[in-house]
Amino acid sequence: MKVSQNIPLLEVKDLLVNFYTRGGVVQASRGVSFQVGYGETLGIVGESGSGKSVSVQAVMGLIGTPGQIESGDIRFKGRSLMDKAGQKFVHKVRGKEISMIFQDPMTSLNPLFTIGTQITEVLHHHLDMNKNQAQKRAVELLELVDINAPEKRLKQYPHEMSGGMRQRVMIAIALACEPQLIIADEPTTALDVTIQAQILELLTDLQERLNVSVILITHDLGVVAQLCHRVAVMYAGHIIEVGEVDKVFADPLHPYTKGLIKATPSLDNVTERMVSIDGVPPNLITPPPGCAFSPRCEHANEGCNKSQSLKPVGDDRFVCCKYAIEEA
Amino acid sequence: MGRFILRRLIHGLIVIMGVTIIVFVVTRMVGDPVKVMLPLESTLEQRAAFEKKLGFDRPIYIQFVDFMGDIARLDFGDSLWQHRPAMEIVFEKLPMTILLTVVGIGLACIIAIPMGIIAALRPGGIVDRITVFGSLLGLSVPQFWLGLLFIVLLAVQFRILPTSGSATPSHLIMPALTMALPTLARLVMLVRSSMIDELNQQYVKTSFAKGLPFIRVVGVHALRNAGLPVMTLVGWEVIRALAGYSVIVETVFAWPGIGLTAIQAIEREDLILVQAIVFTAAISVVLINIAMDFIYKLIDPRLKLT
Amino acid sequence: MTNKNNIEQAITENRYEWLGKLKELGQELRRDKAGLIGVVLITTLVLVALFASYISPHDPTEQDLTARLVPPAWYEKGSMDHIFGTDHLGRDILSRSIHGSRVSLWVGTSVVLLAGSFGVVMGLMAGYLGGRVDAFVMRWIDTQVAFPGLLLALIILAVIGPSLTTVVVVLSLNGWMVYGRMTRSAVLSVKQSPYVEAAEIVGGRWPRIIFRHILPNLTSPLLTLAILEFARIVLAEAALSFLGLGIQPPATSWGLDVAVGKNYMFMAWWLVTIPGCAIAITVLAVNLVASWLRLISDPQEREKQFARHMAGRMRKQLNLKNEKELARS
Repeated sequence: MKVSQNIPLLEVKDLLVNFYTRGGVVQASRGVSFQVGYGETLGIVGESGSGKSVSVQAVMGLIGTPGQIESGDIRFKGRSLMDKAGQKFVHKVRGKEISMIFQDPMTSLNPLFTIGTQITEVLHHHLDMNKNQAQKRAVELLELVDINAPEKRLKQYPHEMSGGMRQRVMIAIALACEPQLIIADEPTTALDVTIQAQILELLTDLQERLNVSVILITHDLGVVAQLCHRVAVMYAGHIIEVGEVDKVFADPLHPYTKGLIKATPSLDNVTERMVSIDGVPPNLITPPPGCAFSPRCEHANEGCNKSQSLKPVGDDRFVCCKYAIEEA
Repeated sequence: MGRFILRRLIHGLIVIMGVTIIVFVVTRMVGDPVKVMLPLESTLEQRAAFEKKLGFDRPIYIQFVDFMGDIARLDFGDSLWQHRPAMEIVFEKLPMTILLTVVGIGLACIIAIPMGIIAALRPGGIVDRITVFGSLLGLSVPQFWLGLLFIVLLAVQFRILPTSGSATPSHLIMPALTMALPTLARLVMLVRSSMIDELNQQYVKTSFAKGLPFIRVVGVHALRNAGLPVMTLVGWEVIRALAGYSVIVETVFAWPGIGLTAIQAIEREDLILVQAIVFTAAISVVLINIAMDFIYKLIDPRLKLT
Repeated sequence: MTNKNNIEQAITENRYEWLGKLKELGQELRRDKAGLIGVVLITTLVLVALFASYISPHDPTEQDLTARLVPPAWYEKGSMDHIFGTDHLGRDILSRSIHGSRVSLWVGTSVVLLAGSFGVVMGLMAGYLGGRVDAFVMRWIDTQVAFPGLLLALIILAVIGPSLTTVVVVLSLNGWMVYGRMTRSAVLSVKQSPYVEAAEIVGGRWPRIIFRHILPNLTSPLLTLAILEFARIVLAEAALSFLGLGIQPPATSWGLDVAVGKNYMFMAWWLVTIPGCAIAITVLAVNLVASWLRLISDPQEREKQFARHMAGRMRKQLNLKNEKELARS
């Protein structure tokens, strides 16, 4: 668990992303800021629709119409990706220094090409390898992700593999060019629980061995607890709490985080009823002014109607809540 | 693999049998072949003698069995109109239709595929708007009228092309264009919508995330997936043309293919030639269908060769 | 007591539901210009066909050998008496075209109804009953689809003798398969769903299940298909009449008029162009309505169209921005 160097590997500041739909303008990301250091695993948790995927896709430059990055800054290794030079930089960096793993491995792979082709094309493009070198490296990568009979697998098609194996292939592709940052968008959500465990073990193992930074997006707090150094909690397009995993879970500050942790069933208190947070997340076309959680929050007062921002509360701990800051 | 070919061949055989039976029944039971074949003034005895000679006085099932035997040897008899073997006429005219089809549909593909791709890539752009509106128009215009318009405009008004016939390569231009247009309209809409669908798929996002260049993602990954339904359509268009739909273009331009010959044979009540043409058309359809199935299994690894 | 009131209330609300739906459709139409044009054109066409005898300035079969091949009104030799001119027998082109619409609409509607009913019934049986019925019907469809349809149609028409009825019959025989396939696949996809299973468990018998549960899901794609087929049939009838094996004189059909006009094409272009335009406009209107229907019946399609519209706008904005930057530097 090495967290070194002064400039963060990735820094996102006040990212604003809008989606233009028939029903109106959906503010998917309303001023998101976070950082990822070298060799660190950041977990981003939140419900569906909280803006987790959108924020990281913006980093990769994958926001397509009808979406648009309205404003904000994204810096990779200190260089901004938002200006003209930055756009060109993104093209070089994407897939090579930052790579991404998506949620559904079946649809993420092209059904008409072999696994081998889908791995080697990355090697051909970024690392200029010839056919033999690429084949060798592909086999190495498949071994790295614990796939047996790698030479045979190279000639197989995605539909001939199981879900877990396909996800391993996705991870292998992501590792192909030895990236410094891997973004994993809910990598285990579409898999069986037993396979989930295997993939998580693999990710833990790779994390230790390769010292690569990871952004892990998930809605499963257990996964965060297992793999991440720091965690950022997202709600309605905002990051509302950031901090080291142990500290945040032991002592959550934001009422939403508290609710999330309470809602996670534990094996110790089997007899208690399941707790949930009353209400539903707001409509992102017309988000409430100020704190988006205030309609559901038991500690809300009029002050919460004014817009909030992340404020530091102690050592490497941020929270976006008037009440939490006052309590601390 | 062997089983697959066998099954398709059997299916094809059923189709051909079905078609020939229908033609056989229609021509013999509904119409009166002898009346057609002999001049009007023939006496009853002449009729009876002719019937006996051609075997039309025998029970229908025996006629049918003989008929089957004949066509197995590709012997349909002599055309009543041209007094030579019917199949000989067919083999003469078939290449002209094939030429028209290949050039016409080839032209449609060459224009439609890039156009559809560009329309998909630049929504709201000029190619996109022309594609959507133009193909709607192209599908609404009757093919025979289009051909006539071409003739009036290009051959008469501006005198650049000959009006009909098939002597020179420039005779091919207008018929091929007329052949191409409806196919072009259908094809370009399909290419556009298939590409749009594929570009929205997750694997395209993954390919971009891998950092692959735009040309590769669109031209290799998306295009190959979009190509499957497009290929189906092209195959279908070819089949239609060879199964008789070339009749319209051939009639308008007096293009000597099997479509025109079929109409002429029908007009002259030359049942023998008609039977030969229908049989050939049915066989072409079956063969092309089998070839298409084959090509799919080669391209799409998800289909199993059973 | 309260239960009965609730039911009565529900029934009265339902009665006006379809009125509400019609209003919604009207709003949709106003938004989509293309669809609106299509619907207006089709309505006009239907009215023209229905009231043909009252609208047309002349009797379509009335010959006037003193006024042969008169050009349309905007030419020197033309007159307002024959707005679109006359043919080689002095018959008024406009009147012939107006009456021709009756044939096209009649053939289109009859074939769609005939082929559609047969196809839908076959598809329902194949999809719902499954097993050998399904295998038989699908085999039949696959075989008939592989027939050289136009050739067979021409032969049958030539042998039986072409007429309005035979054309309808032959086109229906050739065209039912597409309804069968579509219905069958719709039934199959719905058959799996839980609510059909529930209906079966409760004891529903299959005709009822088909009509109450499966058919409503079919109406939308079926309608779009029927409309597209209508367009295809209009073109097919015109082609058959053009080839001489469709509607026969003295009846009027657009295709027939084009065939006749072909002989005078080089000196009297209006003989060919006017009926041809009539066909094109009709089919275009139908196609416009069909794409509009497809758009409103699938909310995803509309969202996609909107997204593409936005994408176009955003690209234009980006281009403008780039141009400005270039101009500045």
